[in-house]
Amino acid sequence: MVLVYIDQADQQIKKSSLEAMSYGAALAKQLGCDVTALILGTVQNNLADLGKHGAQKVYHLKNESLNSLDVKLHSTLIATAAKNANATVVVFAHNINGKAIAPAVAVKLEAGIVTGASSLPNTENGFVVTKTVFSGKAFASIQIETAIKVIAINQNSFGLVDYDTSATIEEINISVPAPSIKITKVDKIEGEIPLTEANLVVSGGRGLKGPEHWNILLDLAKALGASTACSRPVSDSDWRPHHEHVGQTGIQIAPNLYIAIGISGAIQHLAGVNRSKTIVVINKDPEAPFFKAADYGVVGDAFEVVPALTSAILKMKSTA
Amino acid sequence: MKILVCISKTPDTTAKIAFTEGNTKFDENGVQWIINPYDEWYALVKAIELKEKDASTIIHLVTVGLADAEPIIRKALALGGDEAIRVNSNSNDSFYVAKQIATIAKEGSYELIFTGKETIDYNSASIGSMLSAILDFPFVSLANQLDLNGNTATVRREIEGGEETCEVNLPLVISCQKGMAEQRIPNMRGIMAARTKPLKVVEPIETIARTSIKKFESPLAKSGVKLVDPTNMDELVKLLKEEAKVI
Ligand SMILES: Cc1cc2nc3c(=O)[nH]c(=O)nc-3n(C[C@H](O)[C@H](O)[C@H](O)COP(=O)(O)OP(=O)(O)OC[C@H]3O[C@@H](n4cnc5c(N)ncnc54)[C@H](O)[C@@H]3O)c2cc1C
Repeated sequence: MVLVYIDQADQQIKKSSLEAMSYGAALAKQLGCDVTALILGTVQNNLADLGKHGAQKVYHLKNESLNSLDVKLHSTLIATAAKNANATVVVFAHNINGKAIAPAVAVKLEAGIVTGASSLPNTENGFVVTKTVFSGKAFASIQIETAIKVIAINQNSFGLVDYDTSATIEEINISVPAPSIKITKVDKIEGEIPLTEANLVVSGGRGLKGPEHWNILLDLAKALGASTACSRPVSDSDWRPHHEHVGQTGIQIAPNLYIAIGISGAIQHLAGVNRSKTIVVINKDPEAPFFKAADYGVVGDAFEVVPALTSAILKMKSTA
Repeated sequence: MKILVCISKTPDTTAKIAFTEGNTKFDENGVQWIINPYDEWYALVKAIELKEKDASTIIHLVTVGLADAEPIIRKALALGGDEAIRVNSNSNDSFYVAKQIATIAKEGSYELIFTGKETIDYNSASIGSMLSAILDFPFVSLANQLDLNGNTATVRREIEGGEETCEVNLPLVISCQKGMAEQRIPNMRGIMAARTKPLKVVEPIETIARTSIKKFESPLAKSGVKLVDPTNMDELVKLLKEEAKVI
């Protein structure tokens, strides 16, 4: 049986968990077994809807104290639920919560684990999972040798699959141990799609010359409904907040569209964005290395090109 | 306070990523090795900052690696830290590595164990979480601030869509990221001192790896950039809509 852990943030199921659900359902089909979702805490979503992404059944441990991340608690409960259900594979999203919890669950289940998986395993001869390594500069195929397996699937790498079904919900009862951490303050970034979940990202580099020029980038992002990112020197100089820093030493993203404005395309920057499906580079230097990694390029001054692109998008949207 | 900092050796960020032996091994030819940036810039420097506040703090570094990891561990000692332990083994299996470090951690009764948020080579982000499970300690991931008050740690961490402050009792495992500390450069005194700091080599405990790498692959190269005239942004919008189908 494949068990898919559905995590939540702010009592909402994340898109990355729905991708994990779709992945788990496809894997169960490949293995010829059942697939069940597991959710801890209380969420506002209709859990039966997990069926739309392939869940046959949803185990729900309804307990408000599980709404925020406590790795010791969550990993213990997930491992217990997996054992009770005789799960042979446990699937996580490789997001902030999954990265923190999945390896601990693997230890508790004596399972081999692959995190950052990029596709379904090859099960013809063993159980081989492909993952991204070297910050997206390569892939490794990894054989899991244990009877129970844990997989954490990369965000934005397995598309949502729609099914025309509804899942049955089964409330489960596992006694919840005392929490190991106490949350004293929560600061949400309001109104923004987290970068790792964004389909469209507009990103700026040192070529924009200073924080006072960011309005042209923000206008473009708004016209597209995109999230914003930046290169490392930009966040190091406090032109933009740290959570926007993408790259090898920032966050790694894989949106459908990445628009890079005034970014040279250093190897450390590319490592964070090279899994994007489509890359557009706007740079006044035709020799900028980023053009080699781009699908579309505009050689020109960002201060002219970006506002023109924003207008063109608004025009397209108003006539669509 | 006894702190254990986990140090990993990784290829330099500009290293050419290529493979040998029928794509089953990373090609180390000409590769420069560095301390994994998250381990160095955030985990190690944070430990040093804590020692600067409280001189009774003891910092030990641990790495699981062969003798070729020693220059890296000496460099880490040059930044700070009292002594280092090298577990004489090499493995790509996270559990194998975590098990070795957990064994060292138990023997040394450390109250704080630091890791970087992930390594820049295998990007597994697994060691901290695994250590916490093996040792049965709480785990706080993606920390960007830490204050200690007696037996209680106040940690700020990244969560989905924001940040959170939490209080946790020691002993504790923390994975560190940007914000936790300011990157430093080792000075001459540190480099000299590092030469004589103890670097203990211990043999690994027997552990069966749970995964093994079968092969590596490089991503497909992009087919080439399509240039669009900077005065014709309608064309770019059209391409993004109709050809790339991303907007
Ligand atoms: C260990 C290590 C880790 C690193 N990690 C990261 C990381 O995670 N992320 C990251 O981003 N960097 C990282 N770096 C830094 C990286 O090497 C580059 O220095 C950095 O990405 C450059 O940022 P940039 O492209 O914004 O600036 P620059 O390299 O200065 O490029 C600015 C670009 O803007 C263009 N430009 C200037 N004016 C205009 C204009 N008017 N219109 C259009 N274009 C214009 C220029 O032609 C140039 O290409 C790391 C470096 C090291 C050593």
